[in-house]
Order: sequence, then structure tokens, then C-alpha cells
Amino acid sequence: MLEVQSITFPEGMTLQCGEKIAPLDIAYQTYGELSPTRDNAIVICHAFTGDQYVASPHPVTGKPGWWSRMVGPGLPIDTDRFFVICANVLGGCMGTTGPTTVRAGTERPWGKDFPPITMHDIVAAQVKLVDHFGIDRLFAVIGGSMGGMQTLTWATDYPDRVFAAMPIATSPFQSAQNIAFNEVSRQAIYGDPDWHEGDYQAHGVIPARGLAVARMVGHITYLSEEALTRKFGREIRPGTMPAPHDPLAALPFGGMFQVESYLRYQGSNFTRRFDAHSYLSISRAMDFFDLGSEHGGSLSEAFRGVKTRFCVVSFSSDWLFPTSRSRTLVRAITQAGGHVSFVEIDSDRGHDAFLLEEPDFDRTVRGFLNGMARQAGLAEGDHHHAL
Amino acid sequence: MRFDQELIAAMVAPHSRVLDIGCGDGSLIGHLSREKNCDAQGLELDMKAVTQSVAHGLPVMHGDADVVLADYPDGTFDYVVLQRTLQAVDCPRDVLRHMLRIGRLALVSFPNFGHWRLRWHLLRTGRMPMTSVWPTPWYETPNIHPCTIYDFFALCEEDGYEVCQWMVVNGNRQSRLAGCSPHLANLFGEQGLFLLRRKSGQK
Repeated sequence: MLEVQSITFPEGMTLQCGEKIAPLDIAYQTYGELSPTRDNAIVICHAFTGDQYVASPHPVTGKPGWWSRMVGPGLPIDTDRFFVICANVLGGCMGTTGPTTVRAGTERPWGKDFPPITMHDIVAAQVKLVDHFGIDRLFAVIGGSMGGMQTLTWATDYPDRVFAAMPIATSPFQSAQNIAFNEVSRQAIYGDPDWHEGDYQAHGVIPARGLAVARMVGHITYLSEEALTRKFGREIRPGTMPAPHDPLAALPFGGMFQVESYLRYQGSNFTRRFDAHSYLSISRAMDFFDLGSEHGGSLSEAFRGVKTRFCVVSFSSDWLFPTSRSRTLVRAITQAGGHVSFVEIDSDRGHDAFLLEEPDFDRTVRGFLNGMARQAGLAEGDHHHAL
Repeated sequence: MRFDQELIAAMVAPHSRVLDIGCGDGSLIGHLSREKNCDAQGLELDMKAVTQSVAHGLPVMHGDADVVLADYPDGTFDYVVLQRTLQAVDCPRDVLRHMLRIGRLALVSFPNFGHWRLRWHLLRTGRMPMTSVWPTPWYETPNIHPCTIYDFFALCEEDGYEVCQWMVVNGNRQSRLAGCSPHLANLFGEQGLFLLRRKSGQK
């Protein structure tokens, strides 16, 4: 059932930094059907290391789509009713133009020469795709984490084209703490002997260890302490010994903690599907995201005149994008006279909660979209799952 | 919907922009958007109620009236509604002031502490009164700022609010008799419901 969907824009696009990328490829997935009046489209923006396979199996890992419990027929983002588009972000490595794409006029991938991108560039690329579908106004834009940053960028850069927006577990700016974590990840990549000053592709290797460590740091930040404790506690993985180079190997209490094993597994798995340059490029785009600073230091200015109806969602145990950031966002929208709902979902699973089974969150997504669909005058869809 | 909410709904003009502070389960804003095509939003402190309302497709924001009302720009709404909550906020006077800053009109309902039953209870037993309208003991009541209908009239006068309309709600009916005069209302009214606006020339 999986077909790779991709479109090439030969004219490319000019980035915020002034550099031009041409041609521009955008790889995407769609679900459901676009209505004849093209009023039922939802763009889902994926998170940092996500991809367009929101509700279909990942071609590399074979795992189910990252939000397949949320997007599908009869699910909260109901593809019986809505036309869902999810594109791999600019700079990504799943088919959209990024550092792994062969640079026009050369035979080599962009690699370390891929120009710096911003959240605005990432969204501008999605706008081209939406234009391609002939959609003037999106019914909704939805995204969690970095997807939420894109959602906010959509609503503030293209306010007339977004009827409703759901920024989830996100922030109107990247915090110092989050920049700090990203920097640790970047340094891990730079420090890998296979990094080769960024020319690893020419050497036929990848900085897998560095990238794996970067991912491990990420995973720690995605979980709450409570979730880590519940999942792993202090358990030792049966039948394991410390790594041979571990100075503690000789001690009688050896063995690998479950949490170590989990992180190593996540790290090494990640290197199979993600490119180090993409990681660096996108992490930079996140770090430079700050809606307020672009509007004279006033976040509420960013939302002035924006008619988009927002539903901001945070999770109580998320310390990477804590509820306080969502409140800052809600406050700015309110100050601008905007229209905003705000819910904090009670969960002990940290930032990752937005990807997991959280019934209150599901109800929130479904309810908000149904309410907005009524307001937007969308044709009644398959409503028997509602509420 | 509760009876006093029906009275409130009847006072709201169609197609208005409405903010319901302490919207609870959202039944009033749901009613106003469905039946009167209002652009009705809610503000609620209880997160469970917020989640419930948003899950029912209602635009509700979690927040504390004492804090977030200050964020809304002037004149954002036609009506700002505060049902049975005035006595429970930290700063009732500020909340009222913000209501009439961000809204053209304010609809306020509150339980009347001057009702004869409460006076009699206090006089007879010397203990804090407890009735169906004031059901919690003093040590755990959220109602930290009880007031009488007289008190409310006085505050409106002092802060420059015009009482456009007011009525008395007893149980599940409107008491026309007690609504005849503030004196009767203050003795025989269980709840007061007021429609206010700023006196002209007052900011």
C-alpha cells in the first residue's frame, strides 16, 4: 500500500539566508481525500527526527507510522473526513531536499555545504506543496514539539491560510536549556572520529557513534524521570556483562542496566534512518526559532491580527517543553486578541506523551477538530465516532 | 443548563462575542454558540472541566480569572459572564474592573449573603450559616468574598458601573417579588443576577 510520494519544484526556493536551493524535492504522504471545495485539508508537521510516515509503516524500520494511533479512519484526526498531508521537512533525510540530496551540477550530496535553514524555510517549502494541491486555506495545521514550532510559523507567516492550529508540547521559542541539549548532541557528532570535518560521505562512513549519542541525549529529554523509573528502574539486563573496556568489568556487580541497554538500542537504531548533517541542520533551525524576537521582542505582536483559532496543548510532566512555555504562548495570543483554547493533559510520561496513548489528549484533538469543523462549515463527515 | 444560565443566555444578543469566566462544563457557551450563533469562549480553572469542554468542541482556556483577565485587550468581547464565581475570586473588584474593560457589558451572578435565612441562622446559632446556596463549612469554602446585594449595588456605584438590568433568582425560578426593590432583594433573594456597563465617560 505504501507508495513514495514526492514532487519536484524545478524553480526551487530562496532561503531566508539568501541562498537558493534548486530544484526542491518534497517527499510527503497523504491520507484521506481532498473535498471538491478543498476545504478539509490538515497539514501535520512532524517533530525533529520524525518524517512523513505519520500513519504508514516506515520504509526503513518497518515500524508503524509515528502517529498511526491518532491519524486514520475513525481516529481523532479522522481521514474519513479530513485530507491529511505530512511532508518530510526541508533539510530532512527521507526524500525532501536536504544534506543527503545530490547537489545540482555536482555528483555529490550537499553534505556540510547545505545552507542554514530556519523554521520559516521549512514551512515555506510546505506552502509550495499546499499550493501544488490547489489549497488556499488549510482547515488545520497540527504538530507536536518541533512540529508545534512549524504550526506556529504557519499561523503567523500565513495567517489567512490556516483556519485552526494545534501547537502541541511546544514553545514559541527554543529555550536555553533545549539549545544546551542540542549542543551536547552536536558535539557528540563533531567528536566522532568518523565525522571527518563533515566530509564523512566522501570517506564512505557515517559518524554513527556520535549520532547515536546525540539520539541518546534526545531520548533522555523526551521522558520524565517517573517514566524512566517505571520503565527500567535500576534493573540489570539478565545475562549481560559490562562492556570489556569498562573498568568495573572485574567487579562482581557487573551487568548492563536496562536503561543503558535501551538508550544504546535507540541510539544505534537511529543511525540506520537518520543523517548526521540533517540532524545538525534541523537542530540549528530549532535553536534559532524565536517568534517574539522576530517581532520586535514582543511575542504578542507575532499574533496581532491572526484570526486562526488555536488549541494549545501541553503535558504536565514534559520538562523539555514545559507547560509554562505553553502558557507564555497562550498569554501572547490572548494579548493579541486572538482565539485560543488551552489544555494541560495530566500525564507522567514526559514530552513523549504526545505520541503515546493518552485518552484525554485523543479526546481533546477529536473535540477541537470537530468543533472547528462546525465553525468552518465543513461538510459533516463520518461522525459516528465523535465524542 | 441551570435555570440562572437560561436567564443569562436570554440576556445575550445573538452573534455576540462572549467570554464565560468559570465556564464549568461549558453548557452556557455551548448553548450560546449553537442557539445564538455567538462567538463564545470559556475560561475555567478546573483542568478536568477544561478537557471535557474542549473534547466537546468548545473553545475553553485553562486559566485563573484573577491572573489572565489582565491579558485580554480592551473591548475584546460584547459580554463577559461571571456565574456564581465573584465571591470565590481573590480580587472581586479587579475582576469586575477587567470584565468591564475587556467587555462592553458584564453579566454577573452571585449568591446573596444578606438573605434572611443566613441572617437568621447566624443570629440564632452564632455559627457560620450553611444553606443549599452556601453549602460548605467556613474552613473549606471557596467562597472567600461573600457579599450582599446591597454591597454589590454599592460597589457598582463606587466604581462607576451602571446597572442596566438586575433580577433575583430563588431556586429554579425568578422571583419577581424580590426583584421589585433592592431592599426586598437583599432580604429575600438567594442569588442576584446583574447586567452592567461602564457609565459613559468612565474608562
